[in-house]
Amino acid sequence: MQSTESSFENLRKDFPILTRTVRDNKPLVYLDNASTTQKPNQVIDAITDYYQNHNANIHRAVYALAEESTEAYENARDKIANFVNIKNRQELIFVRGTTEAINLVAYAWGRPHINEGDIIVTTEYEHHSNIVPWQLLTQEKHAKLEYIGMDDNGELILDDLDKYLATGKVKLVTFSLMSNVLGTITDAKKIIEKCKAAGVPTLVDGAQAVPHMKVDLDTLGCDFFAFSGHKMLAPTGVGILWVRKSVLQTMSPFHGGGDMIREVHKYETTWNDLPYKFEAGTPNIADVIGFGAAIDYLTKIGMDNVRQHEIELTKYAMEKFSKIPGLQVYGTKDISKRGGVISFNFADVHPHDVADIIDKEGISLRSGHHCAQVLMERLNVAATSRASFYIYNTKDDIDALIDSLNKVAKVFKL
Amino acid sequence: MSSGADIYHEMIVDYSRNPVNFGEIEDHDVTFHDANPLCGDSIDIDMKIDDQKVSDIKFHGKGCAICMACTSVLTEIAKGKSLDEIKNIDKSDVLSELGLEHLQAVRIKCALLSLKVLKGALYTYLGSHLENTDAIDKLKAEAENLY
Ligand SMILES: Cc1ncc(COP(=O)(O)O)c(C=O)c1O
Repeated sequence: MQSTESSFENLRKDFPILTRTVRDNKPLVYLDNASTTQKPNQVIDAITDYYQNHNANIHRAVYALAEESTEAYENARDKIANFVNIKNRQELIFVRGTTEAINLVAYAWGRPHINEGDIIVTTEYEHHSNIVPWQLLTQEKHAKLEYIGMDDNGELILDDLDKYLATGKVKLVTFSLMSNVLGTITDAKKIIEKCKAAGVPTLVDGAQAVPHMKVDLDTLGCDFFAFSGHKMLAPTGVGILWVRKSVLQTMSPFHGGGDMIREVHKYETTWNDLPYKFEAGTPNIADVIGFGAAIDYLTKIGMDNVRQHEIELTKYAMEKFSKIPGLQVYGTKDISKRGGVISFNFADVHPHDVADIIDKEGISLRSGHHCAQVLMERLNVAATSRASFYIYNTKDDIDALIDSLNKVAKVFKL
Repeated sequence: MSSGADIYHEMIVDYSRNPVNFGEIEDHDVTFHDANPLCGDSIDIDMKIDDQKVSDIKFHGKGCAICMACTSVLTEIAKGKSLDEIKNIDKSDVLSELGLEHLQAVRIKCALLSLKVLKGALYTYLGSHLENTDAIDKLKAEAENLY
């Protein structure tokens, strides 16, 4: 596909929800893509087709339907592996989403590996899902949780990492590849290099990065990687945990049950091969297949084009925002270092009031702490407003946002 | 359902800019804090109690315009009232004062956080001044089930 604005304009027709109106017949302007994205017909149809024509449990039976559903499910695994360049499909585990992926690591890897006095390092701009599981684990094990700080530009202070690594007690470093609040793209290469030199494994939260830019797990070099389907056109309830095989082999099971076993006797059980050892019970078959369709869709557009489109939109929005008196944008102004996520505050108006007033104009904008209260504390704000873009957003959407912000200014006499 | 234009009227905007009874009472007899996880509204109420009456009340914290306006109005209602009267303050007392009776479900939490905090302050005070515990439990349950 050509990376022209008209081709992006064209794909809007694939998203039925974009034709609806909200509130008083206002066209929907959806700007909460960091939270979840809308779904194209191609994904919706894949799920419908599965239920209408192929529905059967997987990995269990020999009849035709079971064969079809198993094949479709495993095909989706290959598509996803290919998309982020995972060389070994045994390393790719289906989970509910990023949150479950990180909790799985904290439980199945963390409990056997973390001991009293050990240190786990995270960052000040993490989503709660990359903080709370580590709090639970470090509290249980009497270990310590430390934070890589963030500078006023919204970038991580890597000297902090050096300081913790120098203690020799760090057992895991975990960070998001892109902040869901500031859009900062983390210098993952540098962090992973430092950790590798110190022999410390790394977990990367790719929930915001994978939907918006090309990610290559073969070259990235981390040990654990998590992302969610629903933030990249796929249905809710399906996500990915990737674990390097040498590490995966040291992990105990997460959930016990069907599919994850080889043989079960009254008092002992042997485990199934990877990755099935970590996929207990009937999985979310239909939505995994939907995820595969989303991958096809994004592959056709090309992730470099997706990134380019979002750079265009972000540049346009940042320029417009800079002309509104009293509007403060958080994070770096350097577009090459940020994704299509813009957090801001508008004079003394609370983000909740901003979101409420512009909702009446049909605009879906997020307000609040965005599951990142540690970051809110660091920014010294209670909340921010956040606009986040995806492939179907246009400059018209941003113009509509700017117009509606003028309404906010009027109501609050700014 | 209220539209944006309805709920953001002059009085709400004014109260949010210039909240009344805003601040702290150094020598308070009771203080209470609560927050809404959804939006980050966070309110503390300090009270001075004399003769079973609220002789002074102040609040501090951060919140949206709806939260700040409702907290202002609530403190105005509460000031000078007896503890029995405080017990009986109802959500409609606050909402009607600001024309917010038809607030959407997602915003009702902003409007009623301060009432929850006030009831919390009340049962904390009564708890430390020994009243019958049934009444305190009832107040606690009432505060928890406000929205
Ligand atoms: C950076 C980041 N990590 C983790 C998550 C959690 O993802 P999920 O809710 O799909 O488990 C999110 C979603 O908001 C996110 O933005």
